[in-house]
Parts: sequence; C-alpha cells; structure tokens
Amino acid sequence: MIRFRNVFALVAILVAINASSAAGQSIVLASTTSVESSGLLADILPKFTAKTGVTVNVVAQGTGKALDTARRGDADLLLVHDPEAEQQFMDEGHGSTRRQIAWNDFIIVGPSADPAHVKGSSDSVAAFKAIAMSQAPFVSRGDKSGTNAAELRLWILAGQNPDVLNKVKWYRDIGGGMGQALNAASAMDAYTLSDRGTWLSFTNKGSLDALVEGDSRLINRYDVIELDPQKHPDAKLGAAKVLADWLVSSEGQQAIGAYQVNGRKLFNPSASSPK
Amino acid sequence: MWPTLKTPFRWIGNRLRDFLEIVGLSIGVSLTATAIAAGASLPLGAALAIFRFRGRRLIIVLINAFFGLPPVVVGLVLYLALSRSGPLGSLALLFTPTAMVIAQTILAIPIITALVHRASERGWARYGDELTSDGATRLQAIPQILMIIRAELITAVLAGFGRTVSEVGAIILVGGNIRGLTRTMTTAIALQTNQGDLSLALALGAVLVGISISISATVFALAGQARTAGGDEV
Repeated sequence: MIRFRNVFALVAILVAINASSAAGQSIVLASTTSVESSGLLADILPKFTAKTGVTVNVVAQGTGKALDTARRGDADLLLVHDPEAEQQFMDEGHGSTRRQIAWNDFIIVGPSADPAHVKGSSDSVAAFKAIAMSQAPFVSRGDKSGTNAAELRLWILAGQNPDVLNKVKWYRDIGGGMGQALNAASAMDAYTLSDRGTWLSFTNKGSLDALVEGDSRLINRYDVIELDPQKHPDAKLGAAKVLADWLVSSEGQQAIGAYQVNGRKLFNPSASSPK
Repeated sequence: MWPTLKTPFRWIGNRLRDFLEIVGLSIGVSLTATAIAAGASLPLGAALAIFRFRGRRLIIVLINAFFGLPPVVVGLVLYLALSRSGPLGSLALLFTPTAMVIAQTILAIPIITALVHRASERGWARYGDELTSDGATRLQAIPQILMIIRAELITAVLAGFGRTVSEVGAIILVGGNIRGLTRTMTTAIALQTNQGDLSLALALGAVLVGISISISATVFALAGQARTAGGDEV
C-alpha cells in the first residue's frame, strides 16, 4: 500500500524539478512544427544555451495555434511563418518587434505516377489548377498552420474557393501537422504542399516525389516575434529578447545557415536582407 | 537524420541519453500521479462502501462514468485552467511535468476509486458487522477494510497506472511535448509517427509495452511474497 509520506516526498521532488528549471532562466518558445521536425532548433538552441545560460523550451505547434498560445500569455517568444496571421497578431497589439530570421520554400509533393501531370513545372498556381481539374486526391493540413495558410492562398490564386473545396471528395482536410499530412499523402497517393525542411527530413515518403518547386510564390518566411510588455507583463521578455537578438545576430544566422540534413541546407538566413 | 561516419558514437550516446530521459520522465510522472491518485482513492473508495449519506449514489454513478473520461477533454480543461490567462495561471504550471502529473491524477482517480469501491462493498457486506461489533466506528473500519481487500487494491492501483502511462491526449496538451522537459514515451511516439519515423515510433512502443509488463510482473511478484509471508485472503 502506498503511504502518504511517500506521496508528499514525490510531490516535493517534482516541485524541486520545476523550481530548478525556473532558476536557470527558461523561456517557452512557441514555434511551428516545421522548424521543430526539421531538426533546426535541436541543432542551434544548445549553442545558444551554452553561450547565454538561457534554456529554451520549444512547444511546436502550427503557426495559428502558436499565435493563440502567445495571445493567451503562455509563451515568451514566437517563431512562426504566416505573414498575414502575424500581421494580424501585430495589429492586435500583442507583438512588439517582428523580425525575419530565415526563409526556405514550399514544394508541391505528390505520387510519382503524377495523375495531374505537374512534374517539373515551376508554376505552383498552374499546378494547383491541374490538380483540381484532374480531381486527384489532395491532402490539406487544415490546422491553420503557416503551411495551411500558404496552401489556401494558392488555391484562391488558382480560382478555387476554400469553402467549396471542403465539400469536394478529392480534397482531404486531415487537421494535422506536416508529418501527418505527408504520412496521409503517402498512404493515399495524394498531392500536398510541404515545407522543404520537413520534406527532406521525412523518412516515410513511400512513392511520393517533390514535383513542383522554384516558384517565388512558394517562398516561406520565418519570423521571430517579441511580445508586447503591456499586454504580456508576466512573460519573460528579457530572456526572450536575448534569444531573438541572438537569432538575428551574425552568430545565430551562421548557425542557421550551417544546419544541414543529408548534406542539404534547409534554411537560408535572411535577417540582414529579408525576402 | 542519420549521422556521418565520424560521429556515430556521440550520436548514439546522445540518442541514448534522450531515450533514458524520456523513459525516466514517463515512469516518474505516471508513478507520481498513480501514487497521489491512490492516496485519495483508497480511503474514498472504502468510505463510499461503508458510509451512507445523501448524494452517495450520485458520486458512485459519476465516478463510474468518469472511468471513460476522454483524456483530451481533461487536457483541454486543465490547459485553460493553467494558462497564464486562466484561473490558475499564476502558478505557472502549464508546460511543466507537474501539469502532466495533475492531468494523469485526474484520469486515474475515478478508475482506482471505482475498483476500490466495488471490492470494499463486498468486504463490508461480509465483515461489516464484525468490524463494528466491538464499538469501533465506521471511520476506524476504513483501514481494516482496505487491509482485507489488499489483493484487489493491487489490481486497482495497477489499472490506474496503466491508464496514466499509456495516455497521450491530456499530457501532450498540458505538457507541450518539450524535448528534455515534458517529452514522455507516448508523446515521443506521437512525434516520431508525425515525422514519418515509423520504425523508431514502433521501437519506442515496444519499450513502453515492455515497461508496463515488467512493472505489473514486479508488483504481482512482491504481492505474492507478502501473501505467503503472512496474512489470510478474503
């Protein structure tokens, strides 16, 4: 039988664990699944922590959810990639400073059989039109992430109404992260829009191939956003600023540019010349 | 994803450290939650069998209904409560192991309480008169009933532990699946699946099942020893 003494001892241990991590200054970085699952943060953050002593706890969510987490006051800093949603966040007065740290690009992936015949094109809008014409299955994140927002912008450019898309059978809204969407596309031989980082580090590709890339409309910008001190007095803004400043510093930019997966660079540092 | 030839040993070392951290956190959080839940549920379950008061049946119905409490709902409600803009925000518990312990405790209490209550009712029906015949109060009968049904208590507590260690929906919301802080076996499996690394996810799953089996086996072995060392059965 378990005695109360032991229970209290365990609670005391857990309280001690929490207290010690707060003393070493730790911040919550709400970020997107794409920077987490590409392995970038796991690669560069230890360098930052070694230099500054600030521990960074990364909560990886879609951009929409990450912005909401910050609105509610549960994050100290944001690293996200949806320009329109970010602008809204700034307009609401939640953010104080927004700076671009890097860019990469989105790619359209799909089954190697390519029923919509889009392979080799660099015109993403024409490719989306062809996919809609062929009614080949298309997997949508459907999670208000930055990638989901970029996908919906492309559909509008391709003359499709997102509300109508949700009613057609070939358009499959899975409501999940990038990896889940790629898993689903692989299982259903469907097309989907992916960020390049997640695609390159993804290992369950099946018959999926990268089909369309190199369109300026497929550029994917990552911004770091500091929070407004009036709206978020409880956030650890001092330590958050140390990380934001490091990410745009020459040292941070170099760390981002040096990160590779299978010999390929995933993120192009762009703090000094935003795309 | 895979290391270059120069650094495989460091890579394996790092992965192993991450892995042990994840396993340690999973077991630590789930054992703590199970211990706290058992501390509350054992007396509560026995009291529900022994005492007669208004609202008792309602509590029993609710506890049995919460047996199937969806973890993701518990996670969501707790998330909103622990959020900095929520009622308990000042405690700064969101995205910490403590938040995960609270979530799992809430999930385990109904299971352990319901199982203890059922066993206690049987025990009370059989030994109730005897236990109170020499002037002892019903309150004093609670520990005695728990002693009588101790074999069933093991099953109840293990069922609670099984619920906590296998759960992912609540802790991924309130813990945030933060590497090195709140990443457990189940949230790591969810993450690896999302990254398409199905073989690693499956390996982690196998370890999780293995750990569950060894904990059950250990508890039953210890209980068997205790039983042969002394004491009679119900």
